[in-house]
Amino acid sequence: MAVQEADFDLGNEVAALREGDTGIGAVASFVGTVREWALDGAAAAPTSGLVLEHYPGMTERSIEAMVDEGIRRFGLRGVRVIHRVGPLALGDQIVLVAVSAPHRRAAFQGCEFLMDWLKTQAPFWKKEVSAQGAQWVDAREQDDAALARWGEVPGAVPNAAGGPDAEGQGQGSKA
Amino acid sequence: MKISVRYFAKVREALGPGEDLSFEADGPATVGALRDWLAARSPRHGAALSHEQAVRTACDQVMCGADEALYDGAEVAFFPPVTGG
Repeated sequence: MAVQEADFDLGNEVAALREGDTGIGAVASFVGTVREWALDGAAAAPTSGLVLEHYPGMTERSIEAMVDEGIRRFGLRGVRVIHRVGPLALGDQIVLVAVSAPHRRAAFQGCEFLMDWLKTQAPFWKKEVSAQGAQWVDAREQDDAALARWGEVPGAVPNAAGGPDAEGQGQGSKA
Repeated sequence: MKISVRYFAKVREALGPGEDLSFEADGPATVGALRDWLAARSPRHGAALSHEQAVRTACDQVMCGADEALYDGAEVAFFPPVTGG
């Protein structure tokens, strides 16, 4: 697991994930990239890129907890997570989640579960930069719904769907 | 008791630089009470930490609710809903 400004190479990461483990029958990976927001009307001016902020320390703890849960839930044999921070240009890679498992179903599901967790629970914030200035990206309630599909997730709290007021969010979240 | 406070993203920008702080707080007993106590410090704090705003909280780097009890040495963070990935 790494939080870093540097780019990453999917091939190298998958090779490292697989190395020395002949019990692996499946590898699934997801790479998130910086998209042109203006294309779907989300921004008035063409986007030039993003700036990603995070909470050093909590970010790592949060990702380690989600990796533990992914391994427990899907029997994953290995997980690699890389999330970039700092300034990123259009088309840049932002995030990698790669998992290995004995069979494909666990690999596909484990990879998707980890991304659903990361989108709503890991303390990262995107700021979209355009010629008209910079603007923080709003969280989306459908991302909470995506995580909720997996049932009870220990420590998970509502993010966008928690409403404007944080009162009452995260009941029992430290259990 | 001594509490450190961290702000991130939109909340941090609304408050301006140098707002992360460590102080003696003997009034607020919970994270929610601390939010209200901080919101009363200035109109700028009031706007950034208002209950009209979506503000999420963490205590010692674990997401928590408003009723989380404060303790000596706690690190409390205030930030908007997360948008990574």
